[in-house]
Amino acid sequence: MLLLECPYCGVKAEETELSPGGEAHLKRFGPGSTAEEFEAYMFARKNPKGVHFERWRHAYGCGKWFLAARCTATLEVFGTYPAQTTEPPADIIDKIKAKRPDWKGWK
Amino acid sequence: MSTRLAKGGRLIDRTTAYEFSFNGKRLKGYAGDTLAAALLANDQMLVGRSFKYHRPRGIVASGAEEPNALVNMGEGGRFEPNQRVTTTELFDGLTCRSQNHWPSLELDVGVLNNYAARFLPAGFYYKTFIHPRFAWKHVFEPVIRHSAGLGKAPKEQDADRYEQAYAFCDLLVVGGGIAGLQAALVAAQAGKRVWLVEQTAHFGGRAMVDGAEIDGQPVEAWVKATLAKLEGFDNVTIRARCMAAGSYDHGYVLLDEKIADHTPGDGRPRHRLWRLRAGQIVAATGAIERPLSFAGNDIPGVMLASAVRDYVVNFAVAPGDRTVVVTNNDDAYRTAIALKQAGLEVPVILDARATANGDLPAQARALGIRVETGKAIAKVKGGKRVTAVAICAQAGQGAVQEEIACDAVAMSGGWSPVVHLWSHCGGKLTWDAAQAQFVPNREQPPRNHDGSALVVTAGTASGLLTTAEVLADATASVGGAQAPAAQGPAEAAMEPVWVMPQGAPIALRAKMWLDYQNDVKVSDVQLAAREGYTSVEHTKRYTTLGMATDQGKLSNINGLAVLADSLSAAIPQVGTTTFRPPYTPVTLGALAGEARGEIFQPLRRSPVHDWHVSQRAYLEPVGLWQRPYCYPRPGETHEQAVHREVKNTRSNVGLLDASTLGKIIVKGPDAGKFLDMLYTNVMSTLPIGKCRYGLMCNEQGFLSDDGVVARIDEDTWLCHTTSGGSDRIHAWMEDWLQCEWWDWQVYTANVTEQFAQFAVVGPNARKVLEKLGGMDVSKETLPFMQWADGVLGGFRVRAYRISFSGELSYEIAVPASEGRAFWDALLAAGTEFGMMPYGTEGLHILRAEKGFIMIGDETDGTVIPQDLNLGWAISKKKADYLGKRGQERPYLAGTDRWTLVGLETLDGSVIEDGAYAVAPGTNANGQRNTQGRVTSTYFSPTLGKGIAMGLVKGGLARLGEVVEMTKLGGGTVQAKIVDPVFYDKEGAKQNV
Amino acid sequence: MSDAMNTRITSALGGAVASGFASIREIGPQGMITLRAKPDVKGLAAAVKAVTGTKLPEARRIEVAGDKAAGWMSPDEYLLVLPYADVAAALATLAEELAGQHHLAVDVSDARAVFRIEGADAGQVLMKLAPADLSELEPGELRRTRIAQVAGAFWADEGGFTLVCFRSVAGYVMGLLSHSAKPGSELF
Repeated sequence: MLLLECPYCGVKAEETELSPGGEAHLKRFGPGSTAEEFEAYMFARKNPKGVHFERWRHAYGCGKWFLAARCTATLEVFGTYPAQTTEPPADIIDKIKAKRPDWKGWK
Repeated sequence: MSTRLAKGGRLIDRTTAYEFSFNGKRLKGYAGDTLAAALLANDQMLVGRSFKYHRPRGIVASGAEEPNALVNMGEGGRFEPNQRVTTTELFDGLTCRSQNHWPSLELDVGVLNNYAARFLPAGFYYKTFIHPRFAWKHVFEPVIRHSAGLGKAPKEQDADRYEQAYAFCDLLVVGGGIAGLQAALVAAQAGKRVWLVEQTAHFGGRAMVDGAEIDGQPVEAWVKATLAKLEGFDNVTIRARCMAAGSYDHGYVLLDEKIADHTPGDGRPRHRLWRLRAGQIVAATGAIERPLSFAGNDIPGVMLASAVRDYVVNFAVAPGDRTVVVTNNDDAYRTAIALKQAGLEVPVILDARATANGDLPAQARALGIRVETGKAIAKVKGGKRVTAVAICAQAGQGAVQEEIACDAVAMSGGWSPVVHLWSHCGGKLTWDAAQAQFVPNREQPPRNHDGSALVVTAGTASGLLTTAEVLADATASVGGAQAPAAQGPAEAAMEPVWVMPQGAPIALRAKMWLDYQNDVKVSDVQLAAREGYTSVEHTKRYTTLGMATDQGKLSNINGLAVLADSLSAAIPQVGTTTFRPPYTPVTLGALAGEARGEIFQPLRRSPVHDWHVSQRAYLEPVGLWQRPYCYPRPGETHEQAVHREVKNTRSNVGLLDASTLGKIIVKGPDAGKFLDMLYTNVMSTLPIGKCRYGLMCNEQGFLSDDGVVARIDEDTWLCHTTSGGSDRIHAWMEDWLQCEWWDWQVYTANVTEQFAQFAVVGPNARKVLEKLGGMDVSKETLPFMQWADGVLGGFRVRAYRISFSGELSYEIAVPASEGRAFWDALLAAGTEFGMMPYGTEGLHILRAEKGFIMIGDETDGTVIPQDLNLGWAISKKKADYLGKRGQERPYLAGTDRWTLVGLETLDGSVIEDGAYAVAPGTNANGQRNTQGRVTSTYFSPTLGKGIAMGLVKGGLARLGEVVEMTKLGGGTVQAKIVDPVFYDKEGAKQNV
Repeated sequence: MSDAMNTRITSALGGAVASGFASIREIGPQGMITLRAKPDVKGLAAAVKAVTGTKLPEARRIEVAGDKAAGWMSPDEYLLVLPYADVAAALATLAEELAGQHHLAVDVSDARAVFRIEGADAGQVLMKLAPADLSELEPGELRRTRIAQVAGAFWADEGGFTLVCFRSVAGYVMGLLSHSAKPGSELF
């Protein structure tokens, strides 16, 4: 029962106020893309034990999608941030690097 | 025998006597008793039978760890099985019955299993599942079903109510013993928002029985004063009878508060499940004493040493007149001392250790109690009650040296910290060899959202035993500096004893119980080890050790020590099984909370729901909506009603409550562009005032929803979705607008519930609206696939000329608050034109007769629009739309897809729901090959025969071919492939 | 509004009431407008003021002025509360004030049900249904959350709370509130 702070309204929302949306920072591939690109977009998921970026919607609250960086093993949350970005913000990357020196990066 | 002592009993009130019954026998107890104490006071040691061998079982413990003494509690609507007598507070009029016996507790034929024990070894179930094959079904299962099982399932609806509540705190302290009280006090003084919960009705924990001196005063006084201080804080919430069932991610804790178990029927909720979010959790949960494994350790009268003194001190109940104490530690001497001080006999203390020279043994000796070191129990004698113990040397193989008559045995194998809350969400354990116990590894705690330790343990739960250590640990656990001073006897080291005597032969080991409830013995675990079970998790499941309702609270450590010994491995290498919530069982009522009966789920009701109910409509769920399936008249079957409704709609006029239809407004400069991405066809070019049918697909290309879109003004569209799809599609739109195209200027609003929307359908539809009067609804002013705002019968309406039936049809929307009034007005105006309401089944038949697809019938998440011959609704010009790339995948673009056809049986019968079209030959599994399946199938009242739609390989290219459709129970029916539009193929009727 | 209109306009539950340790009333019909616009849209504050008489609410706040109010629903959505009969005129005002600006204003009065939960312990009723920390609910805070199994929003005001949910589940929410307010089930 995770607790994630919605970056839009500031509510520390428990999981039942949220709906999950799977892996974050996927790049959409539409018509004209190769089979490999489409597969990566549609099916290939990281599912790491450790640092992970996820999509969550504050479904019972302000209704906004946001992104969360957390550790799937310890459930530590490194931060949440608005969904209008194609990559994690620098401050969150720095925070993860400080806490997980062995982390290989988000891509 | 077990009896009530003439004086003493710190928890009972002798001035308030209660009557209760056990197996119909009327017995007496006192206010403050637990049911276990009251049963023992009435010499009712035998309380049940074991699960597998039906051996007589007595009370072993005094708290949540009790494995044996489970009863069927209460009657009727308050009947509940498997209730622990040790944690049940006595109340006047309590009734209970023992369970798992037949025909009676005293005489149980199932005990024959006991004599057949060698045929019921570890893994019995697994072994009998395999061979001989017939034996399980015809021999073992009937026998086991008859004789096994614990309590009975309740038959009546629960008479009580339950509820849940959310709470938040900085610090949750679990356990109201001295450690918990001290931790709560320090945190409260630091200004934290504190919750303190205790699973029993009393605070103070074991220290109240065992005694100690804190801050120069007796422990009772210190507990009372500390509790009073805590109650004085506004930032402290204290709950007794409140069990912390589990700790979960980020400080989420479930607390089961037993409000009215002891005051049934007083109008309060029986249980309340708190869903608490704690910043940090202090687990001051104490420890549980371990049994010793000696032959006959399950005979009624053999109890935990701590439990024996609990009954004496708390309830003035003597479990026996002559109690032998057997131990591997100093703590159990407290039991001997308490018994002696209560005037009871302790013939001997058997201490497995070579020496016993601490403060407590000295005190026991001083009281004149015989202490034998290096000694063990070879065997307990007795059947339904202990009669004697045979004594041997711990070091040997059990050669009997002496037999001592007694009627109770108090055993202590050391203590296991209660680390459940630490372990539930990932805290690791470490083996403390000195105390032979698993204790929290503070280097690897469960983590909170910020990476800090979510749980800390305090006191005995940390593996500490003396009062001074416990208080110091509790103080430090919450960052306090100054712990109260405490005095107590020094205790010498315990010595682990896993089997008694050490070299016991198989005959003895086969009578040493590890898991009392599930009948798992030392010999079973050793057999499992010999059969190759090296993992503790596998052994647990194979032997069922620790899988009973007590979840191995007593058996776990002893069992894994035996396994480790059998594998010649160290205990930490074997490891322990996973602790999982709940700590003790939580009744289903508490988990359900308020979600029962009328408010089990949020049923959605249309603005005219009350009218449907008043007309005795047969309601069916559509998502969470309650929709009328049909409106049967007196004497009509549902089928007859549906057929009448369909025929009347085709010949006169029908009225459908379509309010549940999804309605989403999409507005903005980029709304057209957005809708062109969302739908497979082009919506941006839709002229204002017109309607267009559209399809939505997911990114894999599969059809996900459909509906009619209306262009409202230059930058506003209204999208109709399916009844079940409005929330999902609205969320889908917002997902793309927020996460992919966030620079597009588009706003959406889900206005589904703003409007009541009614379909007026049939040749007389226009006449009804003209009778109401107002806006021009003529073909010229409001042609097919257009909409207009106006007034009808004095109501502000929006009328859409759209049809899901093939008939002349208007869907008319009014504000929901006026829905009922408008519905009444329509019915009044429609009377003279033969208007009748119709339900969802009529709607389905009307659309199937026209070959219109239904999301969820013709689609199942693997169907693309092209499969449904809906290529006309897919733009060839657009570079992109959601699902376009997915549909280009070779296996979807191929020609051997199953595609939509109409199906008509040659004999006019109705094809069965879910029927397949079979193909020649069989597949690799020997099943008949298939070449299609039915998706919608009805009897058409209009055509007087069965009609169906289905997906068939080759599709309409096979028009006229006959295929075989399966029937339940075997056989097939022949069906011809036809055009799926069965009625009015030209579409003349809807366009008038 | 004519009398004829009044009799045919019914709130979701027709003004149902229940009593326990807190009292529950379904009120309405209540005028409500969903206004979607970003806070920096030109003229937004003036438009909202013209309709509700309040300033533009900050994040998670509701500004109340008599029988009107403006609440913050999300970074680009406001809830305007006003008498039911005033909605049409208010929508016209908004259209005028925000002409040319990207926005969406729509009548949702009939899509909602509104409840009053009143009494000294009214908050305890909500504590049983919503995973929100009421002790941290600030004055003038509009909390959108889950009410058992459905979406809802509430704010504290004189003598209790006002709670808004969807119309179709009004019966469900009434059931929740009356169950949670039953005498004998006080939390503290």
